[in-house]
Amino acid sequence: MTGSDVQMSPLSAVGLVAGREISTRVNSKAYRITTLVMVLIVVALALIFKFFNGGGSADATVGYVPAASQLAQPLTATAKSIGQTVATQQVPDEKAGQAKLQDGSIDALLVQDAKRVHVQVKKTLDAKLKNTFTVLEGQLALNQQIESLGGDPAKVRQATAEASIDELPPLEKPYDYNGQQLVLGIIAGILIYLSLMLNGQSVAQGVVEEKTSRVVELLLSTIKPWQLMAGKVLGIGTVGLIQMLAIGVAGVAAGLGFGVLTISVNAAVGTVVWLIVWYLLGFFMYSIVFAALGALVSRQEDVGGATMPALMFVIAGYVVGISILPSNPASPLAEVLSVIPVFAPTLMPMRLAMGGVPVWEAVLSVGLVVALIPALIWLAARIYRNAVMRTGAKVKLRDALSAA
Amino acid sequence: MPEPGLEIDGISKRYGAVVALEKMTFDVRPGELFGFVGSNGAGKTTTMRIALGVLSADAGQVRYAGEPITHETRRQIGYMPEERGLYPKMKVGEQLTYLARLHGMPAAAAKASSARWTERLGVAARRDDEVQKLSLGNQQRVQLAAALVHEPRILVLDEPFSGLDPVAVDVMSDVLKEKAAEGVPVVFSSHQLDLVERLCDRIGIVRSGRMEASGTVAELRAGGSTRLLVDAPEAPENWAAGLSGVTVIGRRGAVTELELADGADDQAVLRAALATGPVREFARKLPSLTELFRSVVSEHQEAAA
Repeated sequence: MTGSDVQMSPLSAVGLVAGREISTRVNSKAYRITTLVMVLIVVALALIFKFFNGGGSADATVGYVPAASQLAQPLTATAKSIGQTVATQQVPDEKAGQAKLQDGSIDALLVQDAKRVHVQVKKTLDAKLKNTFTVLEGQLALNQQIESLGGDPAKVRQATAEASIDELPPLEKPYDYNGQQLVLGIIAGILIYLSLMLNGQSVAQGVVEEKTSRVVELLLSTIKPWQLMAGKVLGIGTVGLIQMLAIGVAGVAAGLGFGVLTISVNAAVGTVVWLIVWYLLGFFMYSIVFAALGALVSRQEDVGGATMPALMFVIAGYVVGISILPSNPASPLAEVLSVIPVFAPTLMPMRLAMGGVPVWEAVLSVGLVVALIPALIWLAARIYRNAVMRTGAKVKLRDALSAA
Repeated sequence: MPEPGLEIDGISKRYGAVVALEKMTFDVRPGELFGFVGSNGAGKTTTMRIALGVLSADAGQVRYAGEPITHETRRQIGYMPEERGLYPKMKVGEQLTYLARLHGMPAAAAKASSARWTERLGVAARRDDEVQKLSLGNQQRVQLAAALVHEPRILVLDEPFSGLDPVAVDVMSDVLKEKAAEGVPVVFSSHQLDLVERLCDRIGIVRSGRMEASGTVAELRAGGSTRLLVDAPEAPENWAAGLSGVTVIGRRGAVTELELADGADDQAVLRAALATGPVREFARKLPSLTELFRSVVSEHQEAAA
């Protein structure tokens, strides 16, 4: 009797189940294609950002005819004072300037003289650029008035520049959100959401597959329900982790490689690390619940309905995050929700990627989820054990919980 | 006292108000083929599930080799559930290897065993096909291979013959006999009573969650009444009516079927028959398992009525 005497540790059974999940999924075409497509999308996103931000660092380029050359220096100075970067270039005459407007190498053309701002554009004047010109025009008018009153515009400007309010240090230092980090946060949120949806659902589907095909009775005649459940969750979790790592690494590498990401490598790597920590926490928290809910039904068509209650939390967290955080990263609502365990897996990684999360909040949210997981495991194992052998109609949650 | 094999001792199970099993008791000795028969819903599947630990019993004990069965011993049972089931999208060979490993076989041995059993059961050519692509008959063979692949020490098979073609029935019978010859206790349930009668060393008849009768076919017959077939062509219609302890079951042509009560004298019947004229045939009729089964089941229906 070969092999029958071999003792098998409980963990090796979990390992075998997990191994089957991994090899079945990694070998499936659907998984490979999904991963490849997601990697390509992330790389493509990096390229798109590069394209839009490309062509130098200036927000706008303004051409001027020799007669208006006196305006060039004040223009760049004014633009800078209101947070715009404007490059200037001289054109030989108005005609040459209009040609440049036509081919798009300049955004606006200053013509006629330096007494007023005479501006020509191809179609419309960019609102920010218009603002800059308006401020410049105001200064020109002011200079003329000062001169006509016999004053020296340079002295007046110096005096007004020196006048400043006495600003005391703020009680709470506001976090200076970086645009790139906001984008990273949004991408992190989408990734976490997608992988919770995909992998969490596939745990529930895997459980139902075993029920539908009735193979579960054969399996449970040799291993215990918790081993089957744990193996499945671990296996699918590992597969999802590989996917997440591939996407995260490809995205950050592409961002840094194309020069799109100018935040420090540390911050970028930190984002990926947090992404993975939260993926793991979120996945384990939700997938054991999905496994238990999946065990209640016997047909694939019913999986959606059975997992909906848990799925609502994932969706709610994601929707709050994606609709509030980009415009208002410091939103108190998002701040509170991101610490509550059921919303944390979708909201916290977004906030962490955007930056400005106090350490205590990051630690507390992780701690709460970690504390909740054992309770969920206990509950899910109980539901799973009681429901997984019952085929036919949907098992009521109360029955699954109360049955011995 | 024979060497103990698989013992089911006083197992009870109820679902709410419904009693599924009531002190179910029997044993299967090493090297013995035990046939488990009973109507649908009599409790055969429930008993097997409890033996496998898939269900838990309310009372009673399952023992193997004299010891209460544990998770480790259960891993050495080859089980074929009534609800057939394999991963539909997994390849036959991989699936059997996986199941063997789940039963504690090392990887290499599991692979070799998977190859050996697919060969033996005639599905070797389909080893790299997904289970769902196989015909129903071949899926049944794979299901049997799944019960055997880890070289079990005990076999518990729920309806192993249902849905098999005659060739597969022969293959299955041979495998079961071979396993029993190796000293494995084999218990299987079936509705094909002729097959059970031919194959099994002992038989248990279940009804409403109780073991009503168990033993060899001869032992089961011994419990019942004796029947006689008497072919007396010249005998009048009611020739046997006056004999003490004799009931006339029926008459077909010249042949009268009689039932003797315990202690009734069959020689007195013969003399009465000879008194009517020539007697062409005088025989004890051995009831088939089907008849035994019917009488066990109907006795109780009468008792209940």
